[in-house]
Order: sequence, then structure tokens, then C-alpha cells
Amino acid sequence: MSEYIEHDKAGVSVGLVEKKSYTFAEPPDEMILECGKKLGPITIAYETFGELNDDKNNTVLICHALSGDSHVAGYYRPHDPKPGWWDIMIGPGKGIDTNKYFIVCSNILGSCMGSTGPSTYNPKTKEPYGRNFPIVTIGDMVRAQKALLDYLGIKKVLSVIGGSIGGMQVLEWSVRYPEMVVSAVPLATTTRHSALAIAFNEVARQAIMADPNWKNGNYYSGSKPDVGLAVARMIGHITYLSDESMRLKFGRRLQEKTNFSHNFEADFQVESYLRYQGAKFVDRFDANSFLYITKAADYFDLEKLHGSGSAVKAFSKTRSRFLVVSFTSDWLYPTYQSKSMVKAMKKNGLDVSFCEIAAEWGHDAFLLPNERLTALIKSFLESTYTESQKQKNEIRSSDNRLMD
Amino acid sequence: MRFDLQIIASWIEKRSKVLDLGCGEGDLLYFLKHNREVKCTGIERKESRVARCIEKGLSVLQGDINLEILDYPDNTFDYVVLSQTLQQVYEPSELIKNLLRIGKKGIVSFPNFSYWRVRLQLLLTGYAPITRQLPYEWYNTPNIRVITLKDFRKFSRQVDFKIIKEVPINSHSHDRSGKIIKFLPDLFATYGIFLIGKDK
Repeated sequence: MSEYIEHDKAGVSVGLVEKKSYTFAEPPDEMILECGKKLGPITIAYETFGELNDDKNNTVLICHALSGDSHVAGYYRPHDPKPGWWDIMIGPGKGIDTNKYFIVCSNILGSCMGSTGPSTYNPKTKEPYGRNFPIVTIGDMVRAQKALLDYLGIKKVLSVIGGSIGGMQVLEWSVRYPEMVVSAVPLATTTRHSALAIAFNEVARQAIMADPNWKNGNYYSGSKPDVGLAVARMIGHITYLSDESMRLKFGRRLQEKTNFSHNFEADFQVESYLRYQGAKFVDRFDANSFLYITKAADYFDLEKLHGSGSAVKAFSKTRSRFLVVSFTSDWLYPTYQSKSMVKAMKKNGLDVSFCEIAAEWGHDAFLLPNERLTALIKSFLESTYTESQKQKNEIRSSDNRLMD
Repeated sequence: MRFDLQIIASWIEKRSKVLDLGCGEGDLLYFLKHNREVKCTGIERKESRVARCIEKGLSVLQGDINLEILDYPDNTFDYVVLSQTLQQVYEPSELIKNLLRIGKKGIVSFPNFSYWRVRLQLLLTGYAPITRQLPYEWYNTPNIRVITLKDFRKFSRQVDFKIIKEVPINSHSHDRSGKIIKFLPDLFATYGIFLIGKDK
């Protein structure tokens, strides 16, 4: 492994990791989804980093966003061109320290990166689910993660951390399983999508569904709706940036030319960037998964599901300690949305910290190297861990006194 | 820790709940958490200071104290601290009312504008006073309110809260040392620290 240790600015990589999977909900014990339909068997792809300690109290669960996967850090093979998607944050001595914590990241239900989703082979019909895949929710994704943690023998999670749709899962975890979640770090996220966020998702979905290759979701035996998915991804990328970041990154600069082409080639750098991102995405992502996950994000409404419309009531169900972080230039999940969840947490007397980080990179900021974010997460985890160790020792010493 | 914060800390009972409005880098809260087992929260406007606090393991919210204070239910805290901030508040009576709504008691400290050097400067030079406690020019000072110890006592009668304890001190803005002023405090104290409670 030593030949393979790479250094980025944040430090050494955790090294080689392996994708594993866990299958449960085998018929007739299928999982009953929030929509009422049954799904099973369910496979969840996951990866773990670091070691679970003897007290089993050092687990950190990472929840990924729309197009992420379980490969949050490290490399599968020595010569992989890129490490996992949050390698800058997770590794030895990094923000989420693999020397201290046992880190679990699983691919969400409905995705296409190893977990059961619309592209999975349906054992009943002997072909991929396609549109027959039931609608899954953020709650269903979290319940599947809970099943995985049960299987791994983890009863308490030191922290659940995630941004964007991952942040929705974090919030869902904290109110659905309050006894399990010691602390929660929702980053750049919301308790429910604004009309703006739903609108962008809808345009992206329409792009996929308008592609003649989509064929109502049954395209797995032929050509895929690559054009539609690429356009959907382009729309996504616009929402992940910001006016400021696009001005800085592209401005009106032209791509490898000095004059306009006077046809519909990609003249501007921003066009070329979006086309590249779109084209790259179709190689690794399934169009139906994109439809299902964006719909799950649009349906997510913590207030409605857990508080009959009231955020205060929803957060009355949790006992977690929170670190809420937003970014100044994030227009997909603007700061006011984080502030409104903080407000509901305050009204419940919860232990909450909130920081709005000045960052020009829009919604994407939570995935980019950011010393402030790293320092915040690192120290928040440390103080939560110290506190939970202290409480455990107190319980132990009082137990000893009782035994004496 | 700043001298006025040492006095404030000495007033706070063990294991109580404390909110520090304008907590800076969290010096007071850090002390209270580790020496008094206090359950503490801070509110601070500046991102870098909020980050410093969280790095110290404190729970702190980034925001405007005048707005953040509105979210808490009545009597959430045993003490709400407003140290060296009152002179920068736009609507002091609203803030004090809310402070005593969410807290059982309040602790307020501010620079005393009737300190003899301040009086003398204005009298002799005719310029707006600049002191070590209030080191700004009139056009760049964040300290938009001019308060004296006497003013604060009068304010307590007008806004209807009670002063439980009052400790005038002589100390510089970031000094760890200082002394409590017993003789002619209105004249010789650079700061006043008040423990306040709800209406008599």
C-alpha cells in the first residue's frame, strides 16, 4: 500500500478500499416503502474506513448527494486516476480522521452505484426494474442505511454528516432515529425544496423524458437517453455554481477560439464546460436513477412528514447535537433555509451551532477544499466525541458505585 | 480572560444555562464550560469568530443578536450575558426586554462615559473623547450609544427591570487585571457591570 499513498494538500489518502454490499428484505420480508409498495431484495453498496472501537461509539456515517456513491475516500486500485469524492475531508489526520473514527458511507437506495435502483435486475420480471421501480423517498433511503448499520452491529452513530441531498438524509436520520444519532452535520441543505429547486429538477427530468431513447424508462436493452441525461446534468451544474463563480471561472471567454463560430458550436467556455460535464456524466450515471432521486429530493418535507407541517414539532423529535453550515453564494439552498432549521432547533432547546461560510463557489462549495469547513467539522466531531466519552465514563463510574 | 469577564464568570452558578450575546471568540463561554460545567450557547456576527468558538468545542450561532434572541422561548436561560456590546446596539430597550424574557437574569457590561478622563477631554479639548475603552473617532466608531452608569440606572426605571447587583470596575478593554471601584464609581470606573432581573 505504501507505494500508493498519495498526498493532497489535506494530507495522506486512506489508501486502498473495497466496495462491499449487504442484501436484505428478501421476499417475503420485503421493505414496505413510504409510498406503500414493497421492495425486496434490497442491496446496499457500502464502504468503511478506519476501525470500529471496542465501545462501538466512534462511527461516523456519511450521506452522499444526488450523483455520489459509497466511494467517499481512498482508491479501489493503485492506479485509479481519482480518489473517492470527499478524499480531501476523509483520511488519516483529515477533517474526519480515519485514525479516530469508523466511517461508513453507503450508496443510496434508488441510485445506480451498487445499490438497488431502477437499473437493477428485478428477480420477478427477470429484467431491469425501469419505471416499475417504486418511488423511493429520503426516508426510505435512511431506513435502508439503518438496516445496514444494524447488520454492522452499530447501535449509536457519533455523527451523521452530509451535504445537499445527503444533508436531507442527515436531518431525516436525526428525527427518525433520535436514540441513535449523537450529532448531525447538515451542510448546504434544506428541510424541504423551494419552488426554485423543484423547478430546476423538473426541467432536468423533462430533458430526460423528452429524449426518444428514454422509452418510458425501458431503455436498458438498447440505446440510453444520453442526450437527455447530459442536458439534465448541465442544468444541475448551473444550479451548483453561482453568478459570481461563473463570472470568475468563465466570464464571456471563448473556448479555444478568438471569434464566434456563427453556428451552434460551443463558443463560450461556459458552454464547453457544461457540455463536458454532461458528456462525462452519462458514462457513469443512470437516467432513471436521476429521475427517482431528484423526485425523492422534491418530495422531501421534514416538516410535513415529522411535524404535521411544523419544523419546530419535527425537530422536537431529535436529541442530536447539530452543526449547521451554509455557504454565502449557494442559491440552490440559500442561507435562509439553514437559518430556518436552526430557528426550529433553537425553539426546541437543542444544542446547535451555525456558521455561514463565505464562499464564492455556490452550492458546490461544500465539496471543494475549504479550510474553514474542515476545521469546523474536525473540532465539532472532537468535542462531540470527548463529550460522549465523558458521559460514558460517568455512567460507568456510577454503575461501579452501584455494584460496590 | 478579560477582567470584566472574570467578574461576570464569578456571578454565574455552576451547571446553569448561559447565553452570551456577542460572544466574540468565546473566552467567557469556554471558561464557564470547563470551570463551571455550564451549558452554554453564544451568538456572534462574525464568521471567523464563530469558527474560532466552534473550534473550541463551543456551540455558537452566527447571526445578529437582535434577531437571534427572538427565537428562544421565555426563560430558556439562567443568565443572558451582554458584555461590552450595549453601546453598539441600535434598539437597547427592545434588546434588554428580550434578554430578560429569554433569561431569568441578565448580565450587562458597558464602558462608562462619565469616567473622569472622558469628561475632562471633552471639557478641555472640545473634541469627542477618545479613550482606551472607546478608541474610535466619531465617524468610525461602532459605539453608537453613549452610556453612563447613572444613565443605566435611570434606564432600569424607565424600561422596568431591576438592578440586582452593580460592580463598577477600572480596567482597560482587553486587560486581564483591574480593580473594583468603591469610591465615586461614576467618576472613576471605566466599565460598569450589572446583574439585572425582571421587574421588581
